[in-house]
Amino acid sequence: MKRHQRNRIIGGALLICFVSAALLGRVWTPFDPMRIDLRSKLQAPGAVHWLGTDEFGRDVLSRLMAAAGTSVSISLTTVALAVLAGVTLGVLAGYARGWTDRIIMALNNAMLAFPSMLLALALLSITGANIYGIILALGLAYTPSIVRVVRGSVLSLREREFIEASRVMGNSPAYTMARHILPNCLGPVIVLATSMFGSVLLTESALSFLGLGVPPPAPTWGNMLASARPHIAEAMWLGIFPGLCISLSLLGINLFGDAIRDRFDPRMRGL
Amino acid sequence: MNPPLIEVDGLCLSVNGVPDHSIVRDVSFRVNAGEIVGIVGESGSGKTMVARSLMGLQPPAITISGGDIRFEGRSVPAMTGKELRALRGARLGMVFQEPMTSLNPSMTIGEQLDEPLKLHAQLDANARRARILDILLRVGIRDVQGALSAFPHQFSGGMRQRIMLASTMLLKPALLIADEPTTALDALVQREVLELMLEMVRGENTALLMISHDLPMVARYCDRIIVMRQGVVVEEGPVDEIISRPREDYTRELLHSMPVRGANRTIDRAVDPVIEVRDLEVEYRQKAGLLAPKTMRKALHGISIGVWPGEIVALVGASGSGKTTLGRCIAGLVPASSGRIAFTGSEVKPDEPIWRDYRQNCQMIFQDPFGSLDPRMKISDIVEEALRHDRQATKSAKQERVRTVLEEVGLGERYLDRYPHELSGGQRQRVAIARAVVGRPKFVIADEAVSALDVTVRAKVLELLADLQRRYGFSCLFISHDLGVVEQLADRVVVMRDGAIVEEGDRDAIFDTPQSDYTRALLSAIPTLTRTETGVSLTWRFAQDGNATAETRA
Repeated sequence: MKRHQRNRIIGGALLICFVSAALLGRVWTPFDPMRIDLRSKLQAPGAVHWLGTDEFGRDVLSRLMAAAGTSVSISLTTVALAVLAGVTLGVLAGYARGWTDRIIMALNNAMLAFPSMLLALALLSITGANIYGIILALGLAYTPSIVRVVRGSVLSLREREFIEASRVMGNSPAYTMARHILPNCLGPVIVLATSMFGSVLLTESALSFLGLGVPPPAPTWGNMLASARPHIAEAMWLGIFPGLCISLSLLGINLFGDAIRDRFDPRMRGL
Repeated sequence: MNPPLIEVDGLCLSVNGVPDHSIVRDVSFRVNAGEIVGIVGESGSGKTMVARSLMGLQPPAITISGGDIRFEGRSVPAMTGKELRALRGARLGMVFQEPMTSLNPSMTIGEQLDEPLKLHAQLDANARRARILDILLRVGIRDVQGALSAFPHQFSGGMRQRIMLASTMLLKPALLIADEPTTALDALVQREVLELMLEMVRGENTALLMISHDLPMVARYCDRIIVMRQGVVVEEGPVDEIISRPREDYTRELLHSMPVRGANRTIDRAVDPVIEVRDLEVEYRQKAGLLAPKTMRKALHGISIGVWPGEIVALVGASGSGKTTLGRCIAGLVPASSGRIAFTGSEVKPDEPIWRDYRQNCQMIFQDPFGSLDPRMKISDIVEEALRHDRQATKSAKQERVRTVLEEVGLGERYLDRYPHELSGGQRQRVAIARAVVGRPKFVIADEAVSALDVTVRAKVLELLADLQRRYGFSCLFISHDLGVVEQLADRVVVMRDGAIVEEGDRDAIFDTPQSDYTRALLSAIPTLTRTETGVSLTWRFAQDGNATAETRA
């Protein structure tokens, strides 16, 4: 009980920090994150540049804040896209069954067979490395697991009597799906979406690190980490701060995600 | 007088030892050697917890916070785990409710029966085998050699319960505890298993403690009855006294909740029936092997029935008789493979314009009050949804009708904004009834609508259903395996078996002069109940030839 509460508070606090930093980064940063100032390049953290500057003299803190905004919005849109597509396909497959189900699930399982990172890489080579391409590629890569979860709960829901009751009332299949099935299968989807948010954030950082993410000079945690690599010996902070951002935000998301799962899973309640 | 076999003295059970969370308070009773005692109570009465604590098998969160249990003079709560284990199985046997899950599916019957013998009896393998074969014969397993190497899934529910009984009686325990031993079984099988159980415990002079919600059943087989309610013993006494002269109000309420035959009504059958079904057949595609051709299994073999305006027709039969399939087919939930359904004289088919009208006029009440309401909708929204296709009524007129109908089913203003999980089973079933009748349908199908409810709640819901039927005048197809309820409510009865109609007729004719052996056997499982000034009297129909019909059935 105590440990759970503590985790929830730590997770929530971390998330609030990063989200508010991201929001603040949209309107105000200590310095212009793009401004190059070669005279003050590779400065160690200090009174002017709190987290130091990079090899072009750009303020690391400002860049991290801007990057947080990019990462959070990419992850959110990606998850939203995956949930939207996944829930639609999953409800359709689970409710219609028969050939609709077979075709959707065959494609779905084929996609699930690839690691999502690999799938995203392949899709990126088609869409090209820009922010919309990343969202599309990651969204598609993460849809299959949502389809699975939704289809599973729809399959069990459609045998429940209130679904039959809806049919007896003369409701159309589309209405029954939207009004009765959809709201009842959202619980597991919310839980999955939370953990997916963290996973997307990590994948997005990894893609950026590989140079396949948001193109420079726009900052992301991943490409900041990548550009810090050659300077790791002389300017450690360049790698440490983006790395810390990635790990702490993931920790926050995961702790908070556990709390959400406990909230939605009655078996976990009261522990 | 001999000391009692088991003596429960002021037993209190509470959750996590918190006295405020007590679930059983100050329960005392005793069972003597060879005696047959029944504990009767509704859900939540604590009867199962008492039974489990007798063996030290109560769930870990439940602790004995007061009182004592003495088995053959020794205190059960004070025993160590080892002492308890020596007692269980050998001296104390237990038969559980669910025969599907109480046998290990991955062990053969022989292995499972051998287990307790190995543990408690010093016998060699041959002697053990002889005893197992002997007991299997006695519980009525025909191919005993084959049964030894068979797995539980190869037996029906009734057979499994026989095997369960065999495994508990193998060691000739001094006390057998049976917790709702036949609730999951059909009425006919139920009687066979119970009578076998009685025969075996009498033969071994084993005492039997039978836990059940079914008062007539307990009254039929027990010497003494303990009535429990909300964790306390309400009344205890010999069967005859409890049944005919109960001292407590609650016992009287229980007895009076049992269904009695309702009044005769005249139904005008000169007009067109509301629903007329002709030669209806339903086929299911049976799952076949990888290469085997798909086979069809007929669930209904050409059923023809009619329901006239204002009539309540009961559809009865054991599970697998096709009664639910018939109801679902009429409601349009299962497609018919041949035959026709006519509504007020004109044939209806899905995807034809008339179907929309039929859809609104044929409503259904489902069995499971926990499953038939959308958990994420408010009560008022659930009922209002049934009016969704009513184009004429305005939103406020609909809301007014929802309020009126909920009032009529006994759920006032304050229930409108609640969610299903905040309601009891009886209240939920009232919501389901409200939803079915709010659109003033001409025809309502009630599929085991009261089977999941406790006795006293069931009586009230039945009364409500009859009342609404009189007020709105809808016709009703009442599907039930419970003949008592049918006797109270129905005007006409249709008996089904294996997808065909066995017998059909007016309620009185079916109940008083049944023509088929099958109907007779079904009826022998329920008592005729007459209310007397002080209590009730029970008589059992066709008891003498019950065994004969049961045998011909197998």
